[in-house]
Amino acid sequence: MPAGECFGLLGPNGAGKTTTIEILEGLTPPDSGAVEVLGTPWRDGAEGRALRERLGIQLQETQLADKLTVTETLALFRSFYRQSHTVDEVLALVELEEKRRARVVTLSGGQKQRLAVACALVSKPELLFLDEPTTGLDPQSRRQLWEIIRRFRAAGGTVLLTTHYMEEAERLCDRVAIMDHGKVIALGTPRELIATLGAEHVIEFALNDGVPADLVDALRTLGGVTAVRPGADGGAGGGGLSLTVTELHRTLPALLTLLQRRALELSLLTTHHATLDDVFVALTGRQLRDT
Amino acid sequence: MFQLALSRMREFYREPEAVFWVFGFPIVLAFALGLAFRNTGPGELQVGVAAGAGDSALAATLDSSPRLVAAVLDSGTARLRLRTGRIALLVVPGDPLVYRYDSTRTESGLARLEVDDVLQRAQGRSDRVAVRDDRVVAPGSRYIDFLIPGLLGMNLLGSGIWGVGFSVVQARQRKLLKRYMATPMRRSHYLLSFILSRLVFLLLEVVALVGFGWLLFGVAVRGSFATLAALTILGAFAFAGLGLLVASRARTIEGVSGLMNLVMLPMWILSGTFFSYARFPDAMIPFVKALPLTALNDSLRAVMIDGAGLLSLGAPVAIVVAWGAVSFAIALKIFRWR
Repeated sequence: MPAGECFGLLGPNGAGKTTTIEILEGLTPPDSGAVEVLGTPWRDGAEGRALRERLGIQLQETQLADKLTVTETLALFRSFYRQSHTVDEVLALVELEEKRRARVVTLSGGQKQRLAVACALVSKPELLFLDEPTTGLDPQSRRQLWEIIRRFRAAGGTVLLTTHYMEEAERLCDRVAIMDHGKVIALGTPRELIATLGAEHVIEFALNDGVPADLVDALRTLGGVTAVRPGADGGAGGGGLSLTVTELHRTLPALLTLLQRRALELSLLTTHHATLDDVFVALTGRQLRDT
Repeated sequence: MFQLALSRMREFYREPEAVFWVFGFPIVLAFALGLAFRNTGPGELQVGVAAGAGDSALAATLDSSPRLVAAVLDSGTARLRLRTGRIALLVVPGDPLVYRYDSTRTESGLARLEVDDVLQRAQGRSDRVAVRDDRVVAPGSRYIDFLIPGLLGMNLLGSGIWGVGFSVVQARQRKLLKRYMATPMRRSHYLLSFILSRLVFLLLEVVALVGFGWLLFGVAVRGSFATLAALTILGAFAFAGLGLLVASRARTIEGVSGLMNLVMLPMWILSGTFFSYARFPDAMIPFVKALPLTALNDSLRAVMIDGAGLLSLGAPVAIVVAWGAVSFAIALKIFRWR
């Protein structure tokens, strides 16, 4: 990872993202192999502490002490570092100024998460580790956190984050590694990864009476279709299909004509630009969110 | 480390229940026990006379003694009162007179002596030797004087183990320990911060309990306050170390609660908090004396009651310090940081 980059580890729950990031953070010893962070291997004692001075870490499950206020929590974390932001500076970074005297227990989920990120930022880190920073947050809190991460990067910081939201990875990350079952199955910029699909659009549909066996072959011969995969479930009517297509405006009318000719009734029809979700489906044959 | 200790203290005083158990409870306990065992002179003993020939004359004779209160009871009531300890002894009229009592009860033994003395004198027995009573009421020999140092020791044990144990395990459960590990914080600072914050509360605990005993029961500190302070600090160190050891591996509050009881219960019973450990069989005494609470209680009593100096308490102080140092060292070694 070059300095200044935002790198995303992407994958479903249980893919090994947290294990990977905690090995990099020096919290979990690796079973094998060597880890270097900022050009330094993890060692116990003074060297490890010197390395920690340069990192900011937010862990997935940490619950900060309920009974302390926001200011007190930050003052505590600040005291661990030789160099650090003042409490006021870091409160401004995460826009929690009006909550400075509130006890942690009274904060909303989004505010708690911003406080956790503030504890990571207080050390003026060169490298920021964020483990699923926005999981379980409402869209507004998520956008606030994205903004915090953008500002950190604009100031020259490097970020390694994990997420299982492909949308988040596409918006924030310069490069992503898609993980599944503990292995990296794809690596590149979001644009490159989407380009591997060979097409930019995705049509998803489902039929009321299920998909007839010979329909898939018929679909493959439609103009502009590059792939046919099992897709979103149409609800009551059994499995749906997902088509990756290069030219939506040609393929969609052709698809509708085909279905009409065979007297098949649609229960669902959506189209979208190809995303990293589609890349994950293409690589694993599974929906990211199903797992 | 100062910030860590400060956080610890804030977390504590913002928990009203914890504050009560540490400060309020021992005082309530001392108050209740002090009242129950207050010195009201020799005290009056309740005795019964079973209904029968000459019962009211017997009762009148017994009642004339300032130390006895006698009443005539029918046999059912008498048996019930004897069993529940409402009367110390039952006199059954007849020839011979029968004294019915439980010989293992101290009060009953006293009643036996007093009743016999009164009845024999009433029949004309005279004393051959002239005697004079010299009652000791000096502070220092009462039960409350024995109790306050014991409660102080028990309180140091309880707040050390609870205060340290629960917050460590809670931090571990909430992954806060792991988060601290992700900072350059020194591990030893984390553990030492507990001891530092304990010292501050210790001061309040000691002042509250000793002040209470002094104000309400006139329990004085014969030895120097500096010695008392040194002893309580050593005790707090030792028990904070023990608390860390208890909490060093446990992952859940339930798990650590069990361990805490395992550590504290034997000491509550054995270490002479409420009654002297001299009541235990001789074979057990060396083991009992090796417990940190026993050593601390003995030293506290020596200072508060006998006015002993720190130097004369070498052995028990060494025991307290050894427990603290060994458990702190083991805790640091086996501590589960994640």
